Amino acid sequence: MAYSEKVVDHFNNPRNMGSFKKDEEGVGTGIVGAPECGDVMKLQIKVQGDKIVDAKFKTFGCGSAIASSSLATEWMKGRTIEEAAKIKNTDIVQELNLPPVKIHCSVLAEDAIKAALNDYKKKAGESK
Amino acid sequence: MKFPLYLDNHATTPMDPRVLETMLPYFVEKFGNAASRNHAFGWEAEEAVEIARKQLARLIHADPKEIVFTSGATESDNLALKGVVEMYREKGDHIITCLTEHRAVLDTAKALETKRGIKVTYLPVDKTGLVSPDDVRRAITDKTILISIMLANNEIGTINPMKEIGKIAKEKGILLHCDATQGVGKIPVDVQEMGIDLMSFTAHKLYGPKGVGALYVRKKAPRVRIAPMIDGGGHERGMRSGTLPVPLIVGFGKACELCEQEMPTESVRLAKMRDHLQAGIMNSLEEVYLNGHPTQRLPHNLNISFAYVEGESLLMGVKEIALSSGSACTSATLEPSYVLRALGVGSDLAHSSIRFGLGRFNADEEIDYTIKRIIEIVTKLREMSPLYEMAKEGVDLKSVQWAVH
Repeated sequence: MAYSEKVVDHFNNPRNMGSFKKDEEGVGTGIVGAPECGDVMKLQIKVQGDKIVDAKFKTFGCGSAIASSSLATEWMKGRTIEEAAKIKNTDIVQELNLPPVKIHCSVLAEDAIKAALNDYKKKAGESK
Repeated sequence: MKFPLYLDNHATTPMDPRVLETMLPYFVEKFGNAASRNHAFGWEAEEAVEIARKQLARLIHADPKEIVFTSGATESDNLALKGVVEMYREKGDHIITCLTEHRAVLDTAKALETKRGIKVTYLPVDKTGLVSPDDVRRAITDKTILISIMLANNEIGTINPMKEIGKIAKEKGILLHCDATQGVGKIPVDVQEMGIDLMSFTAHKLYGPKGVGALYVRKKAPRVRIAPMIDGGGHERGMRSGTLPVPLIVGFGKACELCEQEMPTESVRLAKMRDHLQAGIMNSLEEVYLNGHPTQRLPHNLNISFAYVEGESLLMGVKEIALSSGSACTSATLEPSYVLRALGVGSDLAHSSIRFGLGRFNADEEIDYTIKRIIEIVTKLREMSPLYEMAKEGVDLKSVQWAVH
């Protein structure tokens, strides 16, 4: 099975790969997946006001999983929390031309976005 | 170096040009049907087939009359299991095999369970992939009609103790089938010494053409009888009808002859190259684990797991090298290798496994290049791996509550 050009590009040139300190102010972290299933994604956002000013990812998984999370960070940056929550796995599937067997990678990316947003909201709520 | 490099010789091998050369006259000039008894075209084809039969037999220490040509090892496995069950059904209804067999044996056994009411014992293997002869002995009942154990595993290369298993089978008077697809032509195989009654192998794994295989069927002590799966003109002593593919058979014969001649030096060369590959990778990277048996394995096989890195992404990172991953993330099931699971390798490491299969046409410089690239990509992917980061921070990954999806 050949990968789409966009998947290959994200795999070879991952955007926003790395980590923020979890306890840094304004940082929300989402970790989803399981090593037994062959993919684990960590997505992090840095929020100022209600805007996501930066995002980072680290992923253990196949090329499509890496590309899905890399794309997710690209899309989240610059959006508000509300806007980011609207990113759907189907948008990722379309953008990366994922075949049916790789749809779970996009689902995982959507879950990671939600987990990061929820973590941020929880932390923000606690600090208020 | 010519790219892409081919290091997937367990899947198939390139055909040796010397094999092709032997085959060529049998397409256009010497096109006869080996079953045509009345003219020179037929005699010529028949003679070529009989030479090939001798070449195959010699390689496995059999009699040429004990070779039945098939379309490949999958057909041979099917013919052995189904043919024995049909012929000996009245004697019993129990088969013994093992968990790490190739799908051609496992799925045939499953089909016999569901369609023919046969009882199958799937023996476990130890953590290196070996079947225990004692387990074979213990599994035998008075209803057992067949034991089917592979010679060498296609993923991890572990070589089973066939001689010991053969001794038990003989002692109990039970037929022994061996799927020797990965071993024939690579390591010495002697059906007499190993006590094998039926044995499957194929041309394309030993530098011959695709589309032809063989089933060894013992003629003496005991005389094994199998029911055919394909009826017709009664070719191959009635066990496998159908016009023989003469050019393929000629190629298969030549390929066996070359393997026999070159095995003593070639197996040493490959083992040395494989050991260099293994050391080159394992001495430079931490948390790399060998899958299979450290010594009792095929000389050209290396199967290793790279902790914190998923196998498919690793392959994607070294696209210029043809390799195989034990992680079947591309399949609908997303299940990692059942062979590695049978060894007790955790799913996390099973997802991280890569199989290297060296072959006749690989050169030392290709191995050096591969070592360098594997180290690069594993380092890069570990940088990208949240698991590696967590492990470095001292998190025990086994204690994390993962949301299994």
